[in-house]
Amino acid sequence: MNLHEYQGKDLLASYGVAIQKGHVAESLDEAIAAYHKVKEESGSDIAVVKAQIHAGGRGKGGGVKIAKNLDGLKEHAGNILGMMLKTPQTPGGLEGEGKLVKKVLIAEDSYVPNFEDCNELYVSIMLDRDEKKNVIIYSTEGGMNIEEVAENTPHLVHKEHIDPSLGIQGYQLRKIAFNLNLSKGAQKEMMKFIKNLYAAFIGADASLFEINPCMVTGEDKVIAVDCKVSLDENALYRHPDLEAQRDTDEEDPTEVEAKSFGLNFVNLDGNVGCMVNGAGLAMATMDIIKLSGGSPANFLDVGGTADAARVEKAFRIILRDPNVKAILVNIFGGIVRCDRVANGIVDAYKNMGNIQVPIIVRLQGTNADIAKKIIDESGLEVHSAILLQEAADLVKKVIQ
Amino acid sequence: MSVLVNKDSKIIVQGFTGKEGSFHSGQMIEYGTPIVGGVTPGKGGQTHLDKPVYNTVSEAVDKAGADTSIIFVPPKFAADAIMEAADAGISVIICITEGIPVQDMVKVYAFLKDRDVRLIGPNCPGIITPGEAKCGIMPGFIHNPGRIGIVSRSGTLTYEAVDQVTKAGLGQSTCIGIGGDPIVGTSTKEAVELLMNDPDTDGIVMIGEIGGGMEAEAAHYIKEHGTKPVVGFIAGKTAPKGRTMGHAGAIIGGEHDTAEAKMKIMAECGIHVVESPADIGVTMKKALA
Repeated sequence: MNLHEYQGKDLLASYGVAIQKGHVAESLDEAIAAYHKVKEESGSDIAVVKAQIHAGGRGKGGGVKIAKNLDGLKEHAGNILGMMLKTPQTPGGLEGEGKLVKKVLIAEDSYVPNFEDCNELYVSIMLDRDEKKNVIIYSTEGGMNIEEVAENTPHLVHKEHIDPSLGIQGYQLRKIAFNLNLSKGAQKEMMKFIKNLYAAFIGADASLFEINPCMVTGEDKVIAVDCKVSLDENALYRHPDLEAQRDTDEEDPTEVEAKSFGLNFVNLDGNVGCMVNGAGLAMATMDIIKLSGGSPANFLDVGGTADAARVEKAFRIILRDPNVKAILVNIFGGIVRCDRVANGIVDAYKNMGNIQVPIIVRLQGTNADIAKKIIDESGLEVHSAILLQEAADLVKKVIQ
Repeated sequence: MSVLVNKDSKIIVQGFTGKEGSFHSGQMIEYGTPIVGGVTPGKGGQTHLDKPVYNTVSEAVDKAGADTSIIFVPPKFAADAIMEAADAGISVIICITEGIPVQDMVKVYAFLKDRDVRLIGPNCPGIITPGEAKCGIMPGFIHNPGRIGIVSRSGTLTYEAVDQVTKAGLGQSTCIGIGGDPIVGTSTKEAVELLMNDPDTDGIVMIGEIGGGMEAEAAHYIKEHGTKPVVGFIAGKTAPKGRTMGHAGAIIGGEHDTAEAKMKIMAECGIHVVESPADIGVTMKKALA
């Protein structure tokens, strides 16, 4: 689960991490009120208007603007609120339709006393799967794409692994501060910043913190100017306050709906829908669709119980996509009996009436023979298969 | 014969009396798996499925001589259950539970590191040595005793591979479902190594998926130390970048995470890589000929 920038900053601030301060607004009136608050708190006329969507590269699409005064604020907040913001990370990229901006963060100008005296750094925390430890990744090259920095100047990207039993140690904080080439005053601030940031990461069961830029001001203060926060879905039961901040508008509505029915669904842009039990087999089924000359329209794991109600829901969700020209159902029955699934498919098909696209059903495992008989004798326009290769051949046949 | 579990294992079930635990314990006992009892805190002294119930794993070790544990407890309590089993002296722990918080597993991994114990999973179908012991949720009847070892991160895709191997006229020595989470107790390489050193295994099927570096590590091991044919498949060639595909660990973060990158390394290391998941069985048969 991802948080918006303003939510992530609230989380960081609650652990004592210094942030670029600001107030969130959903309308122009609220934006103006937020501006006045920011102005009062910072003592400066300058404020930043930042679109709140779950995608990076907001500046590139015009979603981050500096307002030099109230008029500028009105102009920028007016333009950004309600816009369809396109960034390299929104669906379809800069050529796509973009994402609707419903909220803006009105933030203080953190480049004090002036831009030239400030230093933009990069800090992130995530799990290193190979080491089975959390790792702090940091660099002097902030404010830009870290993947490019790692590619072009790998010596400027540092990593510090944290012992899970002991937590972050003083020498590690010092090392990070020294490697970032900071002044003496800023070193202390950085050590405090990293220590609190790591505490927040653990405290919130986060899976990613990315602070880019992490800024050292001309006054030696270290603050998070932006933050990307992702949380571990499996740990949300420990954090009801954070789960309550989920913004489902930022997620694919079909995926959200599928989830409420216990279906694990990911929308893709191909022409063959699929319904599978198990994540690994679902990915393998997508691959076989591709090898058969089609292209997968979705990932869909129906999980352990493929009863009629769930199968019907899955069919309805897949068929909502007008690009779908065929559906491949691939179930390997273990504990789930194939004959039950076959009956579920027949019932769902009958309930739905007229399904316009060919359906290929491959049922293998427990009672696969009985299941094939049920499908074949149902009189429905359903092609049945037992072997995976047979299913692949059928996909090839129907999409030609 | 085989690795990790066999007819002489003394197996207990943690979460024995729960819904999942009861159902699968029944299935395992029916298969002939040597289950010596189960653990459910607070229900010690009772009998369940004709087997004794203990309050703690350490009691099960003392009284029933348990050396293997299979865990069905809910995600909130699973990390604790793994550590309890390890601390009690269990040598093979199989954790079926899906949905354990990642940071819990970071701690568990560190806890297990210096102990003489092997964890399989979490979020896995378990292990089976056909004809001897079924320690998991896989359908027993698709397996046949034989000499092919199978290693996989997935459940039903493992069954698919097993079924193809059986239909190719071969059987399985031991099938190891290592699990689909970002942190699992036993890596692909470690599971492959166990089978490579098993005198009763002639060939290995290695099934991976997008995300992480485990398959590349296993491939390099196979190149250096491999003595048996290995057939490999990576699921998720068509998966988009940055999206989690069902398994928490199946996500493409960087370039080395993709199916293409992994298949390339595997092929370079001498693994018989199949493009289609329908070709696993026939390719194994050919590789052995």
